[in-house]
Amino acid sequence: MTQSRLGRRDALRLGGLSAMGAFLAACGVEGKGKPQASIAPDAVAKFWNGKTQKGQLNFANWPLYMDPKKPELKKFTQKTGIQVKYDEVIQEMGPWFAKVQPQLSAGQSIGYDLMVITNSIQFGQFRDSGFLAPLDHSKLPNYAANAAKSYAASSYDPGNVFSIPYASGITGIAYDPSKITDPVTSLADLWNPKYKGKVGMFKDLQELGNFGLLAAGLDPSKSDETAWKTAAAKLKEQKDGGIVRNYYDQSYVDALGKGEVWITQAWSGDIFQKNVSDGTNFKFVIPSEGGTIWTDNMAIPVTAENPVDAIELMDFLYDLENATTLAEYINYVCPVPGAQAQMKKHAAAASGEDKEFLLSVADSPLVFPGDAEYKRLHYYVNFNTAEEKNDFERVFQPIVLG
Amino acid sequence: MDRVKRTLTPYLLVLPGGLWLLLFFAVPMVTMLSLSLQEGDIVNGFVFTGHWQNYTESLADYQTQLIRSLVYGAVTSIVLIVLAFPVAYWIAFYGGRKKATYLFLIMLPFFVSFVLRTISWRMLLTDDGVLLHPLKSAGILPDDFQVLGSSSAVIFGLVYSFLPFMVLPIYVALERIDPRVVEAARDLYASPMTSFRKVIFPLALPGVFAGVLMTFVPASSDYVNSELLGSSETTMIGQVIQAKFLSNSDYPSASALSFTLMAVLLIGVFSYARALGTEDVMKVAAR
Repeated sequence: MTQSRLGRRDALRLGGLSAMGAFLAACGVEGKGKPQASIAPDAVAKFWNGKTQKGQLNFANWPLYMDPKKPELKKFTQKTGIQVKYDEVIQEMGPWFAKVQPQLSAGQSIGYDLMVITNSIQFGQFRDSGFLAPLDHSKLPNYAANAAKSYAASSYDPGNVFSIPYASGITGIAYDPSKITDPVTSLADLWNPKYKGKVGMFKDLQELGNFGLLAAGLDPSKSDETAWKTAAAKLKEQKDGGIVRNYYDQSYVDALGKGEVWITQAWSGDIFQKNVSDGTNFKFVIPSEGGTIWTDNMAIPVTAENPVDAIELMDFLYDLENATTLAEYINYVCPVPGAQAQMKKHAAAASGEDKEFLLSVADSPLVFPGDAEYKRLHYYVNFNTAEEKNDFERVFQPIVLG
Repeated sequence: MDRVKRTLTPYLLVLPGGLWLLLFFAVPMVTMLSLSLQEGDIVNGFVFTGHWQNYTESLADYQTQLIRSLVYGAVTSIVLIVLAFPVAYWIAFYGGRKKATYLFLIMLPFFVSFVLRTISWRMLLTDDGVLLHPLKSAGILPDDFQVLGSSSAVIFGLVYSFLPFMVLPIYVALERIDPRVVEAARDLYASPMTSFRKVIFPLALPGVFAGVLMTFVPASSDYVNSELLGSSETTMIGQVIQAKFLSNSDYPSASALSFTLMAVLLIGVFSYARALGTEDVMKVAAR
């Protein structure tokens, strides 16, 4: 048998291929990975040195996260002269990260000096890529005086090196009592065949995975891949039984309002706001197996053009009065415990419906959770490596994407 | 001097378009091809390793969604032919002086964003919405009847979104039929039905083929309709790609899936064009 020699043409072809390979290899996405767990002690000084107030600032936030009339921001401008451009541009964490990552990676400004990001998978991505400016705590006296001490011990940003909370929220179950008359108390109700095709779950993999883990009797913050697979099987069972109507993003509120779902995974403040603004009477419960607690955090992108103005606003929102009025509107967990008493003072000064509403917010365990509530709330799954995060997504993503 | 100018002119004319193609087509395509063969994660960066397993793995995980997308695309095209042919026929032959107005009316919805229109359908078709609620309270439909979330809802949305792209090419083909040809058929004692079957329809076929090209490809790669009108049982490949790109930052698998979708569609389109005579179809598609 004669073996064909490598002809000229073949050599050319191979050469072409490897050249093509080199060419392909040149176009990629560069990472910025550097471990941030222990930032250099002079990082704060290095970042803030020589930075001055510019008199303006761009703030990127989630929708429905401030009174549309922006009373707090108006007050801020009055007091400091700093103009704030406020945009509700963040709808989901993943897309937000994908949108700003190329600019941050190239060291360019993203057009915002302050953004509100959840302690989700993407928080870790922002942090570990070195995209967040280290905070100068000497510029945050209100935060030091008024914030709940527990935040300093958060697992996603210990010591609040890069972020301070904007608001926290509870993920639990919401239901329509006009459709469901039995009491809803546990996660098992989301698996109840009686509500076949009327159950809503979250599309966000952290949220979905958490509830799968809790339903399987596992603690999300201490879970590993084996636990995730058990949880995924539990969720698959719910899906294959035709119980889940759909996996939702923020649109679940709408689906609940239109009768598409009767019972759904839900965020506490949304249900409050929906009931107030649309006169609905939906119920929100923390399931007996526990719910989860998450925190949306204010952070300054490392490429911000007006970081000094941004950190000033961060601190301003921790002023007791400002934190109180903000919580009165958004009805999410307030990071300032002193706001509860302040809100009661506001209630005492108000009358009629306003008074009733303010009292109900001040007394709500969903805005000011007590120890009893905190005991039933779990933290998100934590990822130590990017590989773990990928594994987590590979386990849960196929459930959402049927 | 003149000669130089004359030889350069065609190149200069092609320059803007060529640069456009290079910048917005060739460069992104090569980048995506490269990404589809890389390994890594968004924080530490992706490295080119020729990791072709991105293709096999993502295809193993999501072949159902890929096949579903092609099936939805095909069903959409068939439904569209059935719906669009009579409309185009009526405008072409009975539209009279108002033809332009009718065509304008067909295009009218395009003045409103495609996503907004799909959201409106979502509001109309929802379980307790204005369409289903009265029928349910009158007892005509059972209480648990639902449209949203089903395959039919998604295909309905696709049909709605792409209807003009089928009407217009069929209309153009019908419009070009010489009326004398039809007259001749009648003169030869063909019944209206026969003249339609033997004369009009064959002459309109290139329009139908072009219409299929213009609807099958966007319908198969669509994700808005499935996202807004469907459920987790109707996920299309576009949604998978979207989730992998934007939610998971898993660029390599997302790129691999995008490339696979593109390859499947290209192969499909070329074999379709081949079977029907490339020149004809492309010519009609171009007009």
